[in-house]
Amino acid sequence: MSGVARIAGVNIPTNKRVLIALSYIYGIGPSTAQAICTRLEIPDAKRVNELSDDEIVRIRELIDQDYRVEGDLRRETAMNIKRLMDLGCYRGLRHRRGLPVRGQRTHTNARTRKGKAVAIAGKKKATR
Amino acid sequence: MARSVWKGPFVDGYLFGKAEASRASGRNEVIKIWSRRSTILPQFVGLTFGVYNGHKFLPVQVTENMVGHKFGEFSPTRTFTGHSSDKKSKRG
Repeated sequence: MSGVARIAGVNIPTNKRVLIALSYIYGIGPSTAQAICTRLEIPDAKRVNELSDDEIVRIRELIDQDYRVEGDLRRETAMNIKRLMDLGCYRGLRHRRGLPVRGQRTHTNARTRKGKAVAIAGKKKATR
Repeated sequence: MARSVWKGPFVDGYLFGKAEASRASGRNEVIKIWSRRSTILPQFVGLTFGVYNGHKFLPVQVTENMVGHKFGEFSPTRTFTGHSSDKKSKRG
């Protein structure tokens, strides 16, 4: 049994339960991990270091075949966003400006998209 | 929530006539439309539409990638030119 399990490129989840370890791969969350384990009949309680080499190979093959993960998935997402930006549609414009895309308010909040708040130079604080 | 597939894409009916008339005339002129809510269909590809944004008719050259989007998406209704950077003038 190998010390480290390499699945889908660079990901090396270690002595955690398979379900959890798989979700360390970009593009595989709890439900996809569950689906993989069910299909390969790996019990929930099994940990990655308890997997046989054969099981690891089967996981690797299944992911290669049926799921888009890591670099490929990132590239796809980036391409989708790029398509919107090149098209000149409203959603593309919002992506370009780094503002919320789906109609959320920007008067306040929207900090995830806009980044950390920047102080407005020269604005006086309210005096009592 | 996404629109039901069985309904098909939404398009204001009169656009078909306008598009066809433009195709028939041969000249690639701007077709003025107000129907921002209509989906862009494959048969509109190559035509130029002037999509009203409440102020002007913005020319939109329809390409293959635009199919499935709405006309309104290509004609922004708001103008935001940004906040001015010099706040000193305001203070004095």
